[in-house]
Formats: sequence, structure tokens, C-alpha cells
Amino acid sequence: MTHLADAAINTHLANISNVLIYSAMAVYLFAFLAYTLEWTFGGRSRVARQSAALTARPGATLAESLAEAEAAASTAAPTVAVTVTRADGGTTTLSRTVAAKAGKVDVVTRGDAAPPADGVGAAGGDERADRLGRVAVSLTTLAALMHLGGVVARGVSAGRPPWGNLYEFTCALTLVAVLLFLGLLFSGRDVRWLGLPLTTGLLLGLGLAVTVLYTASEQLVPALHSYWLWIHVSGAMICGGAFYAGAITTIMYLCRDYYEVALASGRSKGGRWADICERMPAAATLDKLSYRINAFIFPLWTFTIIAGAIWAEAAWGHYWEWDPTETWAFITWVAYACYLHARATAGWKGRRAAILVLIAFACFLFNSYGVSIFINGKHSYAGL
Amino acid sequence: MTDHGRDSDTHERDELSSAERLSSAPSQEQSDAVVGIGLLGWLRWGWRQLTSMRVALILLFLLSLAAVPGSIVPQTSASPLNVAAWHSNHKSLAPLFDKLGMFHVYSSFWFSAIYILLFVSLVGCIIPRTWQFVGVLRAKPPAAPRHLVRLPVYATWRTGADAATVLEASEALLRRKRFRSSRAGDAIASEKGYLREVGNLLFHIALVAMLIAFAFTKLAGGMGTVIVVEGKAFSNNVTQYDDFSPSTFYTADSLNPFGFRLDSFDASYQTSGPAAGQASYFAALVSYWDGSDPSRKTSGRILVNHPLEVGGDNVYLTAHGFAPVIQVTNAQGKVIFDGPTPCLPQDSNMTSLCAIKVNDGYTDKGKKTQLGFSGIFAPTMADPSQFVTQGPHSVFPAPANPQLSITGYEGDLRDSSGIPQSVYDLDTSHMTQFTLDKQPLKFLLSPQQGFKLPSGGTVTFTGVKQWANFTVAHNPGTSAALVSSVLAILGLIGSLFVQRRRIWVRAVTGPDGVTTVELAGLARSESSRIAEELAEIALDLQDSAPVDESAAGDASADDTSSDHETAGDEAESAVVHSSPSTSKER
Ligand code: HEM
Repeated sequence: MTHLADAAINTHLANISNVLIYSAMAVYLFAFLAYTLEWTFGGRSRVARQSAALTARPGATLAESLAEAEAAASTAAPTVAVTVTRADGGTTTLSRTVAAKAGKVDVVTRGDAAPPADGVGAAGGDERADRLGRVAVSLTTLAALMHLGGVVARGVSAGRPPWGNLYEFTCALTLVAVLLFLGLLFSGRDVRWLGLPLTTGLLLGLGLAVTVLYTASEQLVPALHSYWLWIHVSGAMICGGAFYAGAITTIMYLCRDYYEVALASGRSKGGRWADICERMPAAATLDKLSYRINAFIFPLWTFTIIAGAIWAEAAWGHYWEWDPTETWAFITWVAYACYLHARATAGWKGRRAAILVLIAFACFLFNSYGVSIFINGKHSYAGL
Repeated sequence: MTDHGRDSDTHERDELSSAERLSSAPSQEQSDAVVGIGLLGWLRWGWRQLTSMRVALILLFLLSLAAVPGSIVPQTSASPLNVAAWHSNHKSLAPLFDKLGMFHVYSSFWFSAIYILLFVSLVGCIIPRTWQFVGVLRAKPPAAPRHLVRLPVYATWRTGADAATVLEASEALLRRKRFRSSRAGDAIASEKGYLREVGNLLFHIALVAMLIAFAFTKLAGGMGTVIVVEGKAFSNNVTQYDDFSPSTFYTADSLNPFGFRLDSFDASYQTSGPAAGQASYFAALVSYWDGSDPSRKTSGRILVNHPLEVGGDNVYLTAHGFAPVIQVTNAQGKVIFDGPTPCLPQDSNMTSLCAIKVNDGYTDKGKKTQLGFSGIFAPTMADPSQFVTQGPHSVFPAPANPQLSITGYEGDLRDSSGIPQSVYDLDTSHMTQFTLDKQPLKFLLSPQQGFKLPSGGTVTFTGVKQWANFTVAHNPGTSAALVSSVLAILGLIGSLFVQRRRIWVRAVTGPDGVTTVELAGLARSESSRIAEELAEIALDLQDSAPVDESAAGDASADDTSSDHETAGDEAESAVVHSSPSTSKER
């Protein structure tokens, strides 16, 4: 017995969704420009600070002046002198950073535990640049609302969660990334410096989605009728958004780390690059943030793969078949495990571990897009 | 510096480094040195290398690299046809790839070597770590290092309360904050966050359990596939399968007795929009029995993501298609063939290729011969005007206008030639096509229509049935794999979200009756909360040991050390902490 079913697609809502996604892209573009201007104008005011530093100490080398300007500009925590008396009666003074206060008592730190000296931020203390930064954040928020509306309308139009094909997956993944950013920002964390790389990625991702990946709003093929799918795909999406934020942070860490090393060894030549790096958070801060994001999301990624295996078991009778998508999810997982291991292995901390994060993220991207586009597996997800 | 001084220096460094060890990870120095000479020494060295963090890292990285080729080169297990195509397209590379096992990467010697080494390393790592961790749990937290000021986080103040009161209060406070603490001399050592280590060990042990479960599934699992036409039944017996893949411990004898009958197949498709014809629902309605008695049937439904669980196995719906019912009579009017023949779908509109084989019962001019019919079935046949370019084809996957385009042959079907034949293919190399007026005999039949064969007899297309393809899978390790993966996630959460940290408190009353309180804390650098936590504890402690303002600036402490210098030998460490002096701010 076979009968025909009518597609319950609300075309009107699907069109509204498309309009909202395009509008969100336009607003993201303006936000992107505003972030760019913020970095640019922030840099100009920096030039003024630099020349002030140079005139202040005529004998100083450029590197020294930069280092001083850096120390002055960075939001360094106060330090105190700790005087210790030795057995032989002599005294030594140690410089320690104050990390917290317990009433009148200072909690001081040394070494790794000391709060890192972060840069001042994109605006570089310049008022006009700061205003542009605020405008950029407002625009990002506005665009995110449209983006959210677009994703929801899409879901309502098809009467199912809006991540049933690669186009919808990309729209939802980028939404997760921007909501994560706004969440951090509105919870009082100073992550505005993430705005520029974030909007760049959003525009690229959405651009790819609306041009190459676009699929009209449709019902799903029976293989995708499973609540494990929604769990599995929403897990993948949240992981994607977070891995993306982690990768951006890692790239910035690498830039800043090179800059800090160059500065410490007096090799920094100043210029545009140093000017940008200087305003970023300290390498230690970026490293820690990237670790937190990646470590936080790793158990969820593990769960996502397992949910996928449960779904595969329900759909095909094997929980693991080394289908290309499964294989790349596994490769991504092992690559992130490598990164976590590297951080606990002598000689692998820092830059090497950072490179591993970037490799792992590249694997994730390849799994989401490359595999669907270039390799045909059993996953009928792509709709391409 | 005297020898004596150097000794105490090393001693202090040891003391500090043992206090600062916050994980049972194998230490690097230990694994690098070759101990002793001879075979045993080298074996021991090799073992240490294998179980070191560095080698585990390299093996992990190799594992992910080694998994890549299997996603690019076609794999025999997934698609033997693609492997064959690859073979003919890459004539020069194929033999090398064959030798390297590139077509079955995940069971190749090199892939296996990597993961076996990794798991040996894992076991070699877990056992000593577990052992060591049990030791840690049974021992007290490491005693306070002599110079607390050297620790990463530190606070000190002077108070009028006496040392004993301060220590008692801090022990009670730390206990309340669920630190494990112990008192030794003038100091309290405490530690918290053991769940990190527990979680980490649990995670790694769960990985081993998962691998064992996978291996068990591979060794004791198996599967078979079978096509069942509406109205027909299947019982779980190796002779009934179209295809059966056994394993070491799962053979034809181990099949559980059960069976089912396909009562009907139900499908629905989108009728409009750009994805018209895309399926939105498939269901196989079955009556099944568990055990060997087919009369005790229960009815059930098998959907794409909802297998039927019966007799310890799962039955999956994996494909479907149409089976036109054909009746053939011979020249004497006797029915020699009557039944459905499953046809192989070619496209998403279910244009299907049919091969109908009549082995017995037909004679042409007194000579026994076989009949073969090849056909194209379409559930919704396109208008014949379109046949010119595309031949007969279907325009929709549901049977709105089912038709069969058919042509016939007589001769030898070559069924007994020994070459395995696909049921969907007709080997016409030893057959001749029926002709009419020198033209090949060809008909487009609707249900109930038929034609006469030139040498006598009739062929009638009596109707259409649907068939479904089922996979019967026996996966015994599945629940073990699921349980261990859930444990792995729980372990990971403990390992990544719990912070292990130590806090020490020392209180010493000087000759002036004023007590110096020192607090020091240690945590891994990823946890930035330690300074805040220490501050909270210091603040709480100040309830019982209030800051003595008059003594705060007093620099009369006896002795202590700096970062670079060695402390005097029997010196009591006391540290003076000045109020903020320099403040580098903008
Ligand atoms: C099967 C492959 C393995 C995987 C997927 C894996 C995965 C992981 C992950 C994700 C972590 C992160 C937890 C954290 O940062 O605290 C970790 C930590 C750890 N792994 Fe593995 N691991 C594997 C094999 C091994 C082996 C063979 C060893 C022994 C040499 C080992 C020793 C450790 C240790 C000591 C830690 C804790 C590091 C720390 O103190 O933070 N692992 N592992």
C-alpha cells in the first residue's frame, strides 16, 4: 500500500527566513566595518602614545620604549614588595603581583599564577575608536536577532528543528558562535577583541551557506527521522560554534605570543602588526581562554559522536562502520585529545599545543563540509 | 656555600617539587634515563618510553593520521564495487595498495599496530597511576614546604591570636570547605579535588573497556541481508539469507530462531515543491514470531530508524522496491511460472530493472529450453513520447501508473555455469531474443495485460507487489560499548572540570606574642580561581585570627629566604609582608 503525502512546507515563512538571513548578513557586514575602524582608529591613538614615549626618554631604544609604553598601556595588576629577612640578617625584596584581597591582606602570586598583563583592547584607549566598538557590538546584536529570527522561521516553516541540511546547519552553527560571543560580552567579560575575527568568520560561513549550500525548506528523508539526529546534530553545532571561537582565540594567541617573544628579545620592529598585537590580551590569557573553551566542549563532542553512533545503530544496524563522516569525527576527536594531552606533556605546552588545536579545528571543518562535498558516504545529510 | 647548605637546598627543592605534583602523570625525567645495561635494562627503558606521555601523544597523533586514508580510498567493507572501479582506474598503484591493506585500512596491520601499541601504553599507564593514586588517597596531603612564600599564591598577616587557636580554626574551616586536611607541627596541609584524578583514571579505563566491547562485537557479531516480498515470510536460517557475514564466534549454527512475514510496505512521498518525489516515510508492517513456532505471531512495524528487536537480534529496514507479478504459461496452457520478481531500483523515481527467469517447464518444438524476460518497471511510467531520449522511465516513486516494458529470450540462462549470477541480471549470451516480423518483441504492459509468445504460451503482468530489504544484525557488545562510553564522558567531565588544589596554613607565635599566619595555595595554571579561593579562606580565617594592625608593618621577623638564595639551615621561615609599595598603574 502506498499513498501520497502532501509536503507541509510553509513557503511564506521560508521566504521570510531567507530575507532575515540576508538582512543579518548585511548588518554583520556593517558590524565588521565598525570593528575594523575600531582597530584602525585605536591604532592611530597608539602612534601618539608611542611618540610620547619616545620623546620622554630620548636615549631609549625603540624596543625599550615600546616595552615601556606596553607596560604603561597594559592593564597590569598592582605589584607589592615582599621583604624577607634571611637567617644571616640580610634582607631581600621580592616583587609580587597582587591577585586578590582578603580584607586588608593582599593575596600575592608569583610566576604562572600571576595575572597576565593584557593589552588595552582594540580601541587602544581612543574615545572615538571605543564609540565605534560599541556601535559594532550593537550592530552585532541586531544582526544576531535577525539571524535568530531567520533560523526560527526556517524551523517553523518545515515544522522541525532547523538543522536538517548543510545550509541550515551552517546558519545555526554561526548563530551559536555569535550568541556565545554576545553571552560572554553581556556577562561582563571583555571579549570585544573577538568581534572582528568573529564577524569575518560569520560572513564567510553565511556567504558559503547562501551561495553554495542553499537548499529550499523541505521535509526530511526517512533516514533523518530520529530524535537522536536532533541531539547529535545540535551537539555538533554547539561544538562547531565553540571550536570556532577556540580556534580564533588560538590564532590570536599565536600572534600575540610571537609578538611577546619578539618584544622580550628586543626584536620587535613596531609597525602595524605590533600595533595590533599590542592591544590584544596577553598570550597567557588567550592560551587559558582557548584551553577553557576547548576543554569545556570536548566532553560534549565526545557525547555528540556517541549520539551519532547510537543513531547509526538504530538506522543501519552498526554503531560504527568507518563511514567517512564517522572517520573524520573520530579524527577530530583524537586531534582534540592530542591537544589536551599535549598540555600535560613536558615540551608540548604553548605553541605546539596551539598548532594541534588548529589542526583539530581544520579536521572539524573538513568533516562538516569537505566530507559532505568531496566524499560521498552514507550520511545523506548534505542535500547536495 | 657549604655542602651542608647545598644539601638543604636540594632537600628543599625535592620537598617543593613533591608538594607541587598535582597529577599522577608519569614524570618526564623518569622515562628518559636508561637504567642499567643489558637486555633487561633496555626492555625496562622501552617500556618506560612506551608508557610515557610523549609516546602516548605521538601514538594518538599517528592514530588520527592513519585513519585518514580509509576515508579517501574506497573500502571493501563499505563498497566492493568502488574498490573494483578503483582497481581498474589505478592499475599501477593498485597492487601496492593491496599489499598495504589500503582497501581495508581499519583492519590493516599498521592501523592495528598503532592502536594496539596505544592501548598497551594506556594499560601500562593506568595501572601504575591507579596504584599511585590509591597511595595518595591513603597518605596525608603533602606536608607544608618550609618556605610558603615560594608557592604560587601566598598571603600572610600578623595576629594577636595564638598559633594553636589559629591552626585549630583553619583546620575546622578547611574541613568545612571539604578539603582533606592534616596537621603536622606548626602547619596544616590540605587538598581538594581528588575527583579530577578519579575522573581521569575512569576515562582512560573506560577507553580500554570500550575497545574490548568493540573487539567483542567484531568477534561475536554478524549480520545477514534478505529481500522479502509482501506476503512472504522469512525465518532466521542461513539458507534464507541473500547474503550472510559470519564472524569467529557467530556462524550458521548460532542463529537464533525467529522469523517474520512482510504483510505490507508503506511509503509516502512529497508531491510538490522542488523535492517532489523525495520520500518522507517508509514502514514495513510485519507479523513476527520469536522461537521456532511460526503460528505465534505478533504484529510489528519496522521503520528506517526503528529496528524490530526479536530473538536478541535487530531487524532493520534498509531498502525497498517493486516486484511485478508475472504469470507464464507454456504452449499446453500449463502455468509454469507465477510470482513476484524483485526489481532493482535505478533512480529516485524507482525506475527498476527486472530479470525474470523461467527455468523449467517450457519446450519449443519439442526441445526443452529456458525463458528469460528483461524488463523496466516504472511505478509511474513516463509518457511514451519521452521514451525516445530516455527510454522507459518512471516520473514518480509511488505507483500512480505502474507499467512494465518487457522483452523476452529463450535459450540457456547459464544458471548452472558456476559463475555466480546476480538475480537482477539476465545473461543473454546463450539466448535468442523473441522477434516478431524481424523486430525484437517488446511490450509495454499495464496490470492484467499480457502477450503471446511466438513459440506458444502466454506472459501476463498480473499485478505489483513491493519488496523490502532487511538487515538482521547480531551485535552482542553494543550495550557494553554504550555503558563504557557513558562512563568515559562522566570521567572526562570530572577530569576537565574539577580542579585539584592544595592549601597550606602555617601559624607561628613569635617571642613577642604576636602570631604570623601564612597561607599558600597551589593549583594547575589553568585554574585561575586559586587566588580568589585563598582570599576567601583568609577572610574567613580572620574571624578567629584578626589582623593585628600594630604588628603589620613590623619587620622584626627572624629569617626567611628569597627565590634565589638558600635559607639558613635550621631557620624557621617567617616572612614579612610589606604594605603595597610600588604600584605600576597608568
Ligand atoms: C587511547 C588514547 C587516549 C586518549 C583518547 C586520551 C585522552 C585524554 C584526554 C582527553 C585527557 C584530558 C584530560 C585532562 O586534560 O585532564 C587525557 C589526560 C591524560 N592522559 Fe590520556 N588519553 C589516551 C591515552 C593515554 C595514555 C596511553 C596515557 C599514558 C601515557 C595517558 C595519560 C594521560 C594522563 C597522565 C592524563 C592527565 C594529564 C593531566 O594531568 O592533566 N593517556 N587523556
